[in-house]
Parts: sequence; structure tokens; C-alpha cells
Amino acid sequence: MHPSFSPTNIFAPVSTPAHSIVDLSVFVLIVTAAIFVVVFSLLAYAAVKFRKRGESDGHEPTQVYGSTQVELAWTVIPTLIVVVLFLAAARVIASIQNAARPSNALEVTVIGHQFWWEYRYPSLKVVTANELHIPVSNPAHPTPTFLTLLSADTDHSFWVPRLAGKTDLIPNHPNSMWMDPQETGLYLGQCAQYCGTQHAKMLLLVYVDSREDFDRWIRQQSRPAQVAATASEGRRIFETTACVSCHTIAGTRANGTFGPDLTHLMSRQTIAAGAAKNTLGNLIAWIYNPALIKPGCEMPSMGLSTQQAAEVAEYLATLR
Amino acid sequence: MYCLIAAEAAIFTIFVVAYIFYLGKSLTGPQPEDVLRVPIFFTICLLSSSLTIHLAVKSLRSGKVHVFSLWWLLTIALGAVFLTGTAREWGRLIYEEGLTIQTNLFGTTYYSLVGLHAFHVTVGLLALATVAIFTLLGYVRQEHAERAEVLSMYWHFVDVVWVVVFIVVYIVGL
Amino acid sequence: MSTESIALTRPTAVPTSLVERLHEWVTTVDHKRLGILYILYALLFLLIGGLEAIIMRIQLIHPLNNFVSPQVFNRMFTMHGTTMIFFVIMPFMFGFANYLIPLMIGARDLAFPRLNAFSFWMTAFGGLLLYFSFVGGDGLYGAGNAPDVGWFAYAPLTSQTFSRGHSTDFWILSLLVSGVGSVGTAINIIATVLCMRCKGMTLGKMPLLAWLNLTMAGLVILAVSPLTAAQLMLLVDRYLGGHFFDTQAGGSAVMWMHFFWVFGHPEVYVLVIPAFAFASEIIPVFSRKAIFGYPVMVAATICIGFISMSVWAHHMFTVGMSSAANTFFVLSTMAIAVPTGIKIFNWLATMWGGQIHFKVPMLFCTAFLFQFLIAGLTGIMQGAAPFDWQLTASYFVIAHFHYVIVGGILFTLFGAFYYWFPKMSGRMYNEALGKLHFWLFIIGFHMTFDFMHIPGILGMPRRIYTYEPGRGWDNWNLIVTIGVFFQAAGVLAFIGNLLWSYWRGKVAGSDPWDAWTLEWFTTSPPPIYNFAEIPEVRSRRPLWDLKHPEDPDWQYE
Repeated sequence: MHPSFSPTNIFAPVSTPAHSIVDLSVFVLIVTAAIFVVVFSLLAYAAVKFRKRGESDGHEPTQVYGSTQVELAWTVIPTLIVVVLFLAAARVIASIQNAARPSNALEVTVIGHQFWWEYRYPSLKVVTANELHIPVSNPAHPTPTFLTLLSADTDHSFWVPRLAGKTDLIPNHPNSMWMDPQETGLYLGQCAQYCGTQHAKMLLLVYVDSREDFDRWIRQQSRPAQVAATASEGRRIFETTACVSCHTIAGTRANGTFGPDLTHLMSRQTIAAGAAKNTLGNLIAWIYNPALIKPGCEMPSMGLSTQQAAEVAEYLATLR
Repeated sequence: MYCLIAAEAAIFTIFVVAYIFYLGKSLTGPQPEDVLRVPIFFTICLLSSSLTIHLAVKSLRSGKVHVFSLWWLLTIALGAVFLTGTAREWGRLIYEEGLTIQTNLFGTTYYSLVGLHAFHVTVGLLALATVAIFTLLGYVRQEHAERAEVLSMYWHFVDVVWVVVFIVVYIVGL
Repeated sequence: MSTESIALTRPTAVPTSLVERLHEWVTTVDHKRLGILYILYALLFLLIGGLEAIIMRIQLIHPLNNFVSPQVFNRMFTMHGTTMIFFVIMPFMFGFANYLIPLMIGARDLAFPRLNAFSFWMTAFGGLLLYFSFVGGDGLYGAGNAPDVGWFAYAPLTSQTFSRGHSTDFWILSLLVSGVGSVGTAINIIATVLCMRCKGMTLGKMPLLAWLNLTMAGLVILAVSPLTAAQLMLLVDRYLGGHFFDTQAGGSAVMWMHFFWVFGHPEVYVLVIPAFAFASEIIPVFSRKAIFGYPVMVAATICIGFISMSVWAHHMFTVGMSSAANTFFVLSTMAIAVPTGIKIFNWLATMWGGQIHFKVPMLFCTAFLFQFLIAGLTGIMQGAAPFDWQLTASYFVIAHFHYVIVGGILFTLFGAFYYWFPKMSGRMYNEALGKLHFWLFIIGFHMTFDFMHIPGILGMPRRIYTYEPGRGWDNWNLIVTIGVFFQAAGVLAFIGNLLWSYWRGKVAGSDPWDAWTLEWFTTSPPPIYNFAEIPEVRSRRPLWDLKHPEDPDWQYE
């Protein structure tokens, strides 16, 4: 069991936006809990104390029609509470939304697709999919990551609870968000805006790496595709079937952009946006018929035989 | 009728908001200043029809059914002239300027807004025509003045909407 | 207290054949019959919508389940939401408003009986159109079938590109049609309340139910129209090649959201304000005290009505509005908590010092008070926008709004059913079966919706047909699903009670609750003309004045 009770627990923040939200939430929860205790007790007391006991004797209780003082009291006090809550929220909105972008921030462009995530690191010239790597941030010298959120088709939402609140990816409406995770590790999330049939399996995997690990990952991602000579039949099938019109493998003929970039597919732990582990068996099944893993996703079955699918998978398995 | 007008006003407000929001945002195609011509004459016709319908109702309240029917028919005529003006304007825009509802954001919002208004004018004219037929057949009398007034409120509303649409499309938007 | 109704001699033979009786019902313009038609219609769709919920919950009972395909699940949540809002709660509220308003203000019928009938049949047709999509929806390449775009149908998912076939069109058209019905009824309610109160009943003396339904009707007029407009725009996009929400042409998906929520938020007040009305009538009678603070209750309701038109973008805190815009909507959302809280306090004060009889209607309304309090507080939590950045689009918000709609609205609806069933049918319901319904339902409600908050806090988004194991969501989902079956059992007890009592219930008489508003002055069920004579109305509780001539209300109001 995950130490924080769940790998996606909003109350286990590791990044400043998530921390600020937790601080605000705790304050709001305390205030609302206090209101709850007071009003609940009054209601419970009234329900018990003024319950009719015994037979009705035809006498009606004293009729009370109202009281201006009481009405004033329970107008003014809630108004004050509301003002306090509003100010607390307004502060946090400003601190998160209007945070300055330091010059050493890492910029990543996230493009939402039905049903996968595209990641581009413009200054580092890296393009990848579905598994985001960002460097850990030292609170003393923060190195946050700023995400620019775009969409290629419908609305999506980027939600990794331990890192930040969610922000939507809306076509023709670029958004941005930031995070500065202070602990390395793998952080999970998933798309949080219904985007179609396989919305449920548009998972998010964010690897927060140490500086060295992150730089190593970038170097690996920047290399062109490596292909072992023995996988040429798979490569031939890949390049002569319509695979190339959707996928890119840098340094080869494949330069499609409708589907994820596969240049370094084997550097990822999962396939199909987290829907399945990146094993040879899953890869073969996925290529043979994506609907076996993600029915309703946008990748069609290309009508390959299982033998052909295995060969293509063998080829893809060389793409480190 | 006031409630119905409120509801319809809310619908028009949304279309007006969309029109204003999309001003200047069309990526391609004709822009308003390229193709629109301010329809002064037809606007005068429609706004005058508010006056004529008011005079019609006034006459009916005084029992002058014959005078009422003349003003009422004039209202219908003015409304019909307005509609033909809209039709001709659209013909010009579509066939000469190449602006259709599909062309760009301007085309979509313009035809939707003006079209929604024209639809309301049409419905109004049908209602007015129905009353005209009843009048010519002799069924309408002084005691029906209040009903005619309710219908005239709808017609005034249609005119007010045109004032708003006119200002938004031909003044603010150009 | 009962009165005699004037015997009428019918000029024609009493209809006895089934066909004749059905024909009477189908062609009726009587507000009481139309009210009952609305209510029965809504009850049917409550069962259907409930079935859709059961299907979803079975699918979600454990991770990576295979009970239904993703396509079917996505249709289920779309249809469940659309059905429950437009074809269950709204018809229930229109039905009760139809039935009760003329009786409570001493009128013969609503202002426009034929418009009333037209509105009902439009609403009914809308529902049938929506469900016809299950059989008739096949479009190109077999894509079609019931809508699966979510009940708020965000663009551009609803464009022809992403929603091929006709499923979305069924969503659009059915709501356009029933929207016409809603606006018609709203016009009727406003005209009736403003123009047809009996002699002596000023606006300040009419029952709170009349005030609240008046506010609800005003909101319908202002709120349903933006939805109509947005849907017309969507039709233009889908069929005339328009670009209102076509992001490729520079159109704005966010604009759909604005238009939808300008409708959507006041809509939830349309749903809840009549629920407040029921509570405001039932709690006083069963506490044996007048409602505390009538003028403040009216003022608070009108405030809620106005403020509700300014909070809509709190559904859009994550779409990337500026911090200024987000901040404004936090303010307006927090502000609406004040009049809403005032109402809770006034109900509490009504019970305070009273003599509470916990009959079934009061059980439901008391539970409403506790549950609505909690629902309001989780609403405030989400009103704090940064907190909402985590909570929105998760199971927390689903728990919140079901707390309002089921824990608040449906509970008062059940209360209203039991309270006015004797008036509508002339018979008392079975108290023991009613209590069974209450306990089964409340246990199920809390099992489902209390625990549903937790997966939301643990990161579970909404509208997912399945979920990964290992996220800590499994056990909570199990408990949530089990609760649903208790609720279903409660509803079955309810239906059983209605049926049994209709035929075998004790005769109720005109005033079984010793209540104070005008509907209890006439027989149960009332004659078609409602009142043979109307008592003098000098206060807000005319029957209290009649029963307590030594201490009438008008001396204190």
C-alpha cells in the first residue's frame, strides 16, 4: 500500500502548488467543520428536545414568527466567514496563477490527444509521449517546470494530484501551469476532462528525476533511433503499412504525428498511455488489435497477422 | 407575454454575445467592413411598423375597426418589406461576396443572429396575418383590443431586438 | 376540518370504458391531472435513471471490470445525468407546482390551462425523443445510438468530427423540445401567482411554496434560454457548417462552456428552490409552528435567484480564466452561501420550541436539513477555487452534487409525496412502509454518497468506465456500489406504498395533517373546480385563523 494511502492523494503534496492548495484546504476544512459541528448540534438538539412526547393534547406550542436580531446575527456572521474564506482563496489564486516564471524554468509543451499525451521540450529539442520526465526542484534554489497546455482535438485535463491542481487542455485556448516537485519519484494521474471513449485510459506518468538522471534521459531522448539489423522484417512491415502515417521514428521514413512518437519507445515503462505495461506480449497484442487493450481508441487494427504483429513488435523493441 | 419576451431576450443576448466575441477573430474570408452595407431604408420600415401597430391598437381600443385594419395591414406590409430587404441582402452577400454561414466566424455569427431575428419577424408576420384574416372576416371587435395589444408587444420586442442587432452589427462591428 | 363540495349533475354519461378514461387523461387541461401526469412521468424516469446508475456502479465495483463496454458506460453517464435533471427532477417540480399552486392560492386552475397541457406534452415528448436514441440513433458507419458526450456536452466533442452519427442530435433536440415545455410552464406559474391569488391573499400572504415556485419560474425563463441558444448554435455547427464552436476555424470551446453554465448553474437552483418550498411547507406543520422569518425567507430566496445568475464560471475554474475572473467567481459563489445558510437557520428556528411529529414527511425533511447542510459545506469547499483545482471533475464533485440532488432535493420530494399523497388520492399512505422506505434509503444514501467523497480526494476523476488498481480507490468504490442497492430497495418500498395505499389506504379526509394552507380546506381529492367556497384570507395561515379564532395569525404578522 502506498505510504500516502494512495499515489494520487491530493493531501500528499510534493510540489509548491499542491502544497499551497493543501494549506488552503486545511483552513477551509477547519472552518467548514466548525460550522458543521455548530449547526449539526443545534439541529440534532432541536430534533431530540422538541420531539412530541406522549399523546397530542391539542395545545399548539407558542407561535414565534421571527426575530430581527437573530436574522441579523446569522446574516452577519456567515458574511464575515465568507469574506475570510474569499480572501484566503484569492491569495492562493494569485500565488499560483501569477507566479513569475524564473529564467531557469524548464519549459515543456503538453499536447493532449485522444487518448495520449504528447510532450515537447522546445529548448532541448526532445519529443516524446505519455511519460513525462522533469527534474526535481530544490526548495532553496527552485527549478520549476512550466507546462504549456495545448490540445490537438477535444478538451482534456492534466491532473497529477500530488504535483498540482488540474488544468485543462482546450483546443485553440493555450493554458499554462507549473510545478516544482521536491522529491524524486514516479507520480501518477490521468486525464480529468471527458474526451471520448477511452478517456479512462489516458493515464499520466510523471517521473521526477534527479538532475543527473534527467540530463541522462534527455541525452538518450535526443539520440536518433537505434535499430538492430535483425529486426528488418518488422521495420519493413512498419514502413510499408500505414504505421508511418501516424507515427514518427526519428531518422527513418516514419514521420506521422497523429499518434505518439515511437523513437524511444523502449525507454517507457508503459504503452497506450499507461493502459498496459511495456512488455513484448502486450506490444504484440496492441499492434495486432488495439481494441484488445483500449477498445474505442484511435489506433486501428491494421489487419496484420499475429506473425507480422510479432515482427513489428520485435522491431519496436529495439527502439531504446 | 412579458415572460415570453424575457425568455426570447435571453436567447438573443447569447447570440449577440457570440457575435461580439467573434468580431475580428475570423481567420479567413470576408470581414464585416468588406461586405456589409447598412440597411437604413429597411430599418426605417421595420421601426415605422412599430408606430403603425401602435396606432392600430389605439384605433381598435376606440372601436374604429376599419381604421385598425388599415394600420394593421400597413404594419404587415412594412414587416414584409423588411424581410424582402433581408432576403435581398443575403442574396447579395452569398452570390456576390461569397459569404455564407460556413465561410468563417463572421459568416456563422452574422447569419445566425440576423436569421434568428428574421425568423422572429416571420413568426410575427404569420400571427399578424392571422389576425388580419380574422379582421377581414369580421370577427375582430373592440373588445379584442387587449389581445391585439399583447400581440403588438411581441412586435415591439422584435423591433427592439432589431435596434440592438443593428447597433451591434452595423455600428459597433463596422 | 372538512367541507362539502357542491354536487354537480353531469350532462353526459360518466365515462367508464378504459379508452374513454384514457382519453380524458390525454386531453385534460386540469392542473391537478397534468400535475399527476408530470409526477408519474418523472417517477418512471426515476426508475430508468436509477437503472442507469446501477449499471454504472456495477461496472465500477472493482477495478478493470468488464460488466459493460466503455461505449455503453459513456452512454450511461450521459443518459443518467440528462434524464435525472430534465426528465425526473424538473417534471417532478413542475408537477407539484402544477398541482399545488392553484390550490394554495385559492385559484381554479393555472392561468393558461391549454398552454399547461402543451407544456407537459412537449416535456414528455422530449424524454421519449431522448430515449428513442437507443433504438433509432444509428448514423453513418453504425455510429450513433444514445448520446455519450456527457450531460454537459462540451464542445468540440459534440462536433461532427468527434460525434458522428445522430446520438448528439438526440441530446440536442430532446432538450430543445422539453425546454419549450419548461418555459411554457414557467410563464404559466408566473402569470398564475401574480394574477390569480384569491381575495385577501396579497403577495405577502401567499404560501412560501408560491413564492419559491415564482422564483424558480423566473430562473427558468432566464436560464433555459441560453441553453436553447447554445444548442441552436451547435445545430448550426453540426448541420449548416457553422463555426460557433469550431476550434479549427478560430471558434471557442470555452464559449460553449460559458453558455452552458450560464444555463447550468441557475438550473440547479431551479431544481433546489422547489425543494426548499416543500421543506418550508412541511417543517412548520410537523413542528406545529409557523415558519420562522417568512419575509426573510422570501428575501433570501430572491437573493439566491439573483446571485445564482452570477456564479456560473465556478464550474470552469480549471479552464484557464484569468486570476481576476477566477477570484470574482469565488466571491459570488461564496456570497450565495449566505442566503442559503439563512434558510437553513430559519428552518431550524421553526423546529425550535415546537412539538415535532416525526411522521414520514418530517423524517425526510429533517434528513434534508442535515444533508443539505453538508452539501452546502462541500460546495463552499469547492468555491475556494484552488481547492477546486484538485476537487473538480473528480468523484468529490459527484458526491457533492448528489448530496444536493439526492440528499437534499429527492429527500424533500419524498417528503412532499407523503405529505400531499392524501390530498391527491384521498387516502393515507402506510406509515410503517413509509418508515421502511426512509431507513433503507437513508442508509443506502450515506453508504454511497458519504464514502464517494474519498475517491475524489484520492484522485479519482469522473466519467471513467474503469480504473487502475493500486490507486487506493477499490474499497471505497465497493462500499459506494453496495449502498446503491439499499437505495433501490427503499425506492421499491416507496412504489409499493404508493400502489398499495392508492387502493387500500385509509380514507384521508380533507385535512389529515391539521395543516394551515388553503389546499387542506377542500376535499381530498379536490373537485375539478377546486373550491366551492374560499375562506377569508387575512394572514399567511388562513386555516390556522379558522381553527384558532381567539389567536389568529393576522394579529402578529
